[in-house]
Amino acid sequence: MEKSDYLNLYHQMVVIRRLEERAAELYQQGKIGGFLHLYIGQEAVSTGLISARRPEDRVITAYRDHGVAINCGLSAKEVVAELLGKATGCSQGMGGSMHMADVKKNYWGGHAIVGAHLPIAAGLALGDLYQNQKAVTLCMFGDGATNIGYFHEALNLSKVWNLPILWVCENNQYGMGTSVERASAVSEIRQKADGFGMKNYQVDGMDVLKVREMADKLFQEIRAGSGPQFLEVDTYRFRGHSMGDPERYRSSDEVHRWQENDPIGIFHKKLVEMKAAGDAELNHQADLAEQEIIEAVVFAEASPEPTVDVVFSNVYVEN
Amino acid sequence: MAEIVAMPKLGFDMAEGTLVRWVIAEGGEVTKGAVLAEIETDKATVEVESSAGGILYRQLVAEGTAVPVGTPIAVIAAPGEEVKDLPETGLEAEGAVPVAAVEEKKAPDEKTGAAESAGQKAEAPEVPAAQPAQVAPEGGALRASPLARRIAQENNLNLNQVTGTGPSGRITRKDVEKALLGAPAVVTPAAAPLRPVTAAATLPAPSWEPGAPVPADERQPIAKLRSIIGRRMVESKQQVPHFYITSAYDVAPLMELRKQINLQLPEESKLSVNDFIIKAAALTLRQFPNINASLTDKEIVRHGHVNIGVAVAMDSGLMTVVCKDADQKPLRTISQEVRDMAVRARAGKVRPDDIEGSTFSISNLGMFDVEHFVAIINPPEAAILAVGSAQNVPVVIDGEVKVGMRMKATLSADHRITDGAEAARFMQALAGFIENPLRLML
Amino acid sequence: MARITMREAISQALWEEMERDPKVFIMGEEVGLWGGTYAVTKGFYDHFGADRVRDTPIAEAAIIGGAIGAALTGLRPVAELMTINFAFSAFDHIVNQAAKMHMMFGGQMVLPLVIRAVGGGGRQLGATHSQTPDAIFAHFPGLKVVAPGTPADAKGLLKAAIRSQDPLLFIEHATLYQTRGEVPEGDYIVPIGKSTVARPGKDVTIVTYSKMLEISLKAAETLAKEGIEAEIVDLRSLRPLDMDPVIESFKKTNRAVVVEEGWKSFGIGSEIAARIYEEAFDYVDAPVKRVAQTEVPLPYNHTLEQMMLPKVEDVISAVKEVL
Repeated sequence: MEKSDYLNLYHQMVVIRRLEERAAELYQQGKIGGFLHLYIGQEAVSTGLISARRPEDRVITAYRDHGVAINCGLSAKEVVAELLGKATGCSQGMGGSMHMADVKKNYWGGHAIVGAHLPIAAGLALGDLYQNQKAVTLCMFGDGATNIGYFHEALNLSKVWNLPILWVCENNQYGMGTSVERASAVSEIRQKADGFGMKNYQVDGMDVLKVREMADKLFQEIRAGSGPQFLEVDTYRFRGHSMGDPERYRSSDEVHRWQENDPIGIFHKKLVEMKAAGDAELNHQADLAEQEIIEAVVFAEASPEPTVDVVFSNVYVEN
Repeated sequence: MAEIVAMPKLGFDMAEGTLVRWVIAEGGEVTKGAVLAEIETDKATVEVESSAGGILYRQLVAEGTAVPVGTPIAVIAAPGEEVKDLPETGLEAEGAVPVAAVEEKKAPDEKTGAAESAGQKAEAPEVPAAQPAQVAPEGGALRASPLARRIAQENNLNLNQVTGTGPSGRITRKDVEKALLGAPAVVTPAAAPLRPVTAAATLPAPSWEPGAPVPADERQPIAKLRSIIGRRMVESKQQVPHFYITSAYDVAPLMELRKQINLQLPEESKLSVNDFIIKAAALTLRQFPNINASLTDKEIVRHGHVNIGVAVAMDSGLMTVVCKDADQKPLRTISQEVRDMAVRARAGKVRPDDIEGSTFSISNLGMFDVEHFVAIINPPEAAILAVGSAQNVPVVIDGEVKVGMRMKATLSADHRITDGAEAARFMQALAGFIENPLRLML
Repeated sequence: MARITMREAISQALWEEMERDPKVFIMGEEVGLWGGTYAVTKGFYDHFGADRVRDTPIAEAAIIGGAIGAALTGLRPVAELMTINFAFSAFDHIVNQAAKMHMMFGGQMVLPLVIRAVGGGGRQLGATHSQTPDAIFAHFPGLKVVAPGTPADAKGLLKAAIRSQDPLLFIEHATLYQTRGEVPEGDYIVPIGKSTVARPGKDVTIVTYSKMLEISLKAAETLAKEGIEAEIVDLRSLRPLDMDPVIESFKKTNRAVVVEEGWKSFGIGSEIAARIYEEAFDYVDAPVKRVAQTEVPLPYNHTLEQMMLPKVEDVISAVKEVL
């Protein structure tokens, strides 16, 4: 990786952090409706993973999807605009926080029904296999999704058909308020892949470079025809499951312990240690990120509301 | 520059939150992100974080106040800063009333007044529509298809002059077209009611021999029970707007089934016709909660239990014993209970539980060869069923006169609770059980 | 015009579309080696190969979810559910994913997806395997639902469906596979969302589709002998629902009977009746009558099962009730 690559990763992570902080404020002001799930604490996961993909590789994830959108190359402007339900949002204000996508950037969405996007991901990979595309589908999901039937149907199908897909479980320790230990028969989630005869790995999700390194290796193997592989990424969300989470299920001590491992802080320190970048350069990247989010909010607030014809014209392609 | 902290939205469906506790006092130092207060939503207690750093200049709402989302709750200012134009919340804490507000709280009779006049308005009778539509029937009972109405309207035809030949006498296009052509509308004669032939009663033995001296008038003080019955019946007949519906039921299958069952039962446990009627009425009442009801001063109480009062004739008068939850009991249990209670009643050993809690009553004079009769409602119940005898009568089946077994019953109902149509549907539904007695055995 | 069975018509449509467009492929349980449990895809595996005639595990969510994903990449999957009763195992993917994605992402996702599913009762398969839940699926905007009643419509509608850009549920009826009918020569399509008059008449309008078209036509023949001419409108598509021929016919006859195989409550008949009252109230001369399945889970016993399903006599007596 070049120096500019490091700075770019750092920049993306700070953009996500600032975006999510600002989203929380906008939500509290009543400007964002519905549910809002923040990615704060998990920035290194999707940043590391997606930095290893090629443009032809497809990305699909669950409803904690704003950060993934940024990593896939969507602008903060269209992400914030979608949060505000504006016409300029990436889904034209039709999807909201949980349903962001940009198929031109091979980002196949945020999906809000737990686990339901896993069979769809298998289908995306099938599409590439069928058409002899050397592309990999990256499918991200939470630990909670590994307990639902869709997970098992999709992993089984992917192995039976040798689909080019990288299954990534973002284990942030809780499915809503229920810990992995209380919800999953095995607490080491990667073991579930063994049941499908699928190679599986585990990586520290608070360290973007470790994630990146692992993703590089797996993307290459799958592209070369290894079939599906499974990666468990250990991470933690610093905020509640969604806004209004009373967080009775975990102690503030636990949260603070993880916060000491802030992925942005770790990366900052590491880059300085590696002499890949100096404090000033990194702070400059953070300033740029902050500026980007300020502009995104101004853009989104000034953007027009979608018109009603967007609704009616998009129920079907052919009417 | 001062910063206003507003009640945050903490969930997609949160409209307001109650400020439970201020964590930082006025004048206290706050950093951005510090916990200012605790609020309680309908789901959880959560912490409000300060969106700015500085001094908590003013708490705008008291602890215990329910605050709509977006309403200012606090002002954060720079140290030493004076803030003018504090935002107004217009909110008060529940329970703890600020002194300044007391007077205001006392005063507002206006509100009550407004509520009263609104109430009066709601009670006022509805003003009828000024102009009934041309084809609208008088009394609203005219049945005509929409198409018939439209054709009639287009041709200035008064539908009241057209006789319907469709189902339930509905006027259809055909009838209207016939009327427009000047053809006489078909008249469907109502079927003449059949007068059942009652069996000749055997002559009772004369109580005095002709030629003997005519007995003198006898005076008897009114017994307590008699006077209670009298008072209640006067009250009922005077105050309850009764209306009556009579139906004749085909009881041939019921009589046959009863015969078959009784062949299997010892003499003391044989089922009476009335046991079947109790069960049938109870099951039907389940479908008509408004008839299994009673009236209080303010409301109609639709009872959850179906408790059937059964009138028991005694030497000293009449008593109603109550078969509780008759809809849920097997026929034999009903039969046994009613028999036991009747025995106790006649022996003057009735238990309070035997006579309390009825939700509907049945009076059966069938054993006296009564064709039919009407009963007075037992207040506060909504209705009472008067049951006559099962009699062989001529009936018309497929155009032929045959002998049928019929039993008439008359429902007396309180018009303040129910109406004719509902009562009629009740009587119809009752047929579903009486005429299919196997359903009573399920 | 060739006279072929419904099974042949559906099979021909699939075969011709697969020959025409390499993006079209089939996936489902036992569609390949077995040749399809109803033999619709017999011979396909040998001709088109395992990649285009894909046997799947018994995993309906994976079948429909997978087909959705493949459709998103521009392919034209025809996913087969062995029976529509198994659609409930994939309910989320049919009604909550396929039906939503185009709209929910602001129009950028396009799913040219066809789900074939066979339904219907009358084969002593018991309550879980004998359902006609068409109305449930027709409830969801974003999904198209068609259910042909003749071989010609089946072939034309399936071809139209495969070429369509929208997710579509194609409902076949198991007891119609042997039904024969005239089918036009060559390539043709029947447009989705168009009802048609299957039999002209003047006295009463019978609105129906799928298997009940056959029942209604038989009823109409008997009625004709008594001088009652029933006009039959075959809906063919349940969503989008084309009411024009229904309303046009009703304005002529002023009476209607709706015949469906599914249960009556909240069903197709309820919808058609409501639309007639809304759109042609001033032409109503008798209440619209619904003929439908008795509201019980279907029994296994042959006699009782037949008793619960709508029959020719039910249609005849319903027609007489509205006349």
